[in-house]
Amino acid sequence: MSNKVQVGISINGKKVQKQVESRLLLTDFIRDECNLTGTHLGCEHGVCGACTILLDNEPVRGCLMFAVQADGCEIQTVESLNHVDGTLNVLQQSFSDNHALQCGFCTPGFLMTLTHFLKDNQNPTENEIREAISGNLCRCTGYANIIKAVQQASQILQKENSNCSVVSAQ
Amino acid sequence: MKPAVFSYLRPTNLQEALTFLEEYGEDAKILSGGQSLIPTMNMRLSAPAYLIDISRISDLNYIKLDGDFLAVGALTKHKDIENSDLVKDACPLLSEAIRWVGHTQIRNRGTVGGSIAHGDPSAELPCVLTALRGEIVIANVDGSEEVLVPEEFFLTYMLTSLQPEQMVKEVRFPIIPQESGSAFVEVARRHGDFGLAEVAAVLDIDNEGHLLNVKIAVGGVNPTPIALEQVEEYLIGKKLTDEVLRQVSDLTQESVDPESDLHGTAEYRRELAGTLTVRALKIAVERARGGEKNV
Ligand SMILES: Cc1cc2nc3c(=O)[nH]c(=O)nc-3n(C[C@H](O)[C@H](O)[C@H](O)COP(=O)(O)OP(=O)(O)OC[C@H]3O[C@@H](n4cnc5c(N)ncnc54)[C@H](O)[C@@H]3O)c2cc1C
Ligand code: FES
Ligand code: FES
Repeated sequence: MSNKVQVGISINGKKVQKQVESRLLLTDFIRDECNLTGTHLGCEHGVCGACTILLDNEPVRGCLMFAVQADGCEIQTVESLNHVDGTLNVLQQSFSDNHALQCGFCTPGFLMTLTHFLKDNQNPTENEIREAISGNLCRCTGYANIIKAVQQASQILQKENSNCSVVSAQ
Repeated sequence: MKPAVFSYLRPTNLQEALTFLEEYGEDAKILSGGQSLIPTMNMRLSAPAYLIDISRISDLNYIKLDGDFLAVGALTKHKDIENSDLVKDACPLLSEAIRWVGHTQIRNRGTVGGSIAHGDPSAELPCVLTALRGEIVIANVDGSEEVLVPEEFFLTYMLTSLQPEQMVKEVRFPIIPQESGSAFVEVARRHGDFGLAEVAAVLDIDNEGHLLNVKIAVGGVNPTPIALEQVEEYLIGKKLTDEVLRQVSDLTQESVDPESDLHGTAEYRRELAGTLTVRALKIAVERARGGEKNV
């Protein structure tokens, strides 16, 4: 039996079809086969969260999946976040404004976890933010600035949303 | 590439999965959510020649009421339990416990069947199942099924009675009556880590506050989760006075046999088991009194 498998995965809106080894981890597929090196690898056993991506809109560990398991799925990586003109989105800008990163190694994982979190929870308490990022390790920042960044982002998003609903109510 | 070479199989129904198991048995491993198996493959602690990915067998993904049970299909994800109103209503203990399983990212992939089959003594679901005296439905290749109780299924640390050609098909959690109180408590070094010790309790009280139908299990302090039968018996007909709680703590500590590791000594874990049992009982009684019911 062949150890090669055919996979078709949509990554950041682009469909990728490849023949790969069945043991290829999804993270290696993303980094090596798709040249999207924003997704980082720390522990490769599910603990650090650096490899967090969105799979069908939900945050998952890229290092705890084989590429073949994502066959037919949609994936978003950190490269999907910035605006088309290259400027940072609200969450990224808030990280930058609040010095929520130092070496930046953990940042893609945090951003993907938080992208999903802020979609469901536009007015989070500090405790909720802490719980949301409990699956992501950062060895540099001490988390305080990351929490500040999330608070700033949530305030901006809330305002943007309420403007939208005013517009749509008219 | 970290894991060793394997051949990948993706059955679309239970029978097909069982047929693969019959053919490859010892050389094969079932891949469900992969949240426990893939780390061990990444570390090359496990190198199966065949992986049978059951994650697309969609009819093993359900949560439904079945007589006195909440029946949960093996492929139901932790996050589906977490988000289910049916679970909150029929088995609030399960809703409360599931939030202690890893982090969101893990719960988005990990499955109930995987958690039970993996048999980690400090995992939350085996502890809840043991407390409630639930059932595990196992599918055989010939189409027959077996129903096991936790003491028969969990043998020791990471070892269950599951044979290489068998699969966990369904996990059955007894429904908790509305008037009962339940509680799940755990101490972990960091939220989302495996617990150093954890306790699941469910009970009823009569009008005077005497305890009835007490069921308690503790996880993380023995090679499998264990039901604290001695404590349960002792508590029937009693009120939770300070003296009774002291006795509960002593009895619990006598019933457990923890080991020391990097995260805590045996003595610490033993005491923790006692403390957590007391804590769980107090919360469960409060809830049975009609305090905050839902978790
Ligand atoms: C960082 C991290 C933290 C975690 N923290 C916790 C925690 O606090 N509590 C906790 O309980 N778990 C924790 N886990 C483990 C996680 O909950 C897993 O989801 C769960 O233990 C296994 O489920 P799975 O579906 O991912 O199984 P898999 O990893 O796919 O499989 C696990 C084992 O079970 C077998 N198996 C799977 N499904 C079946 C089936 N239906 N029939 C027969 N055999 C089967 C597999 O062959 C394998 O041996 C953690 C994992 C990580 C990576
Ligand atoms: S690299 Fe995936 S969690 Fe650490
Ligand atoms: S910024 Fe360095 S690890 Fe987080």
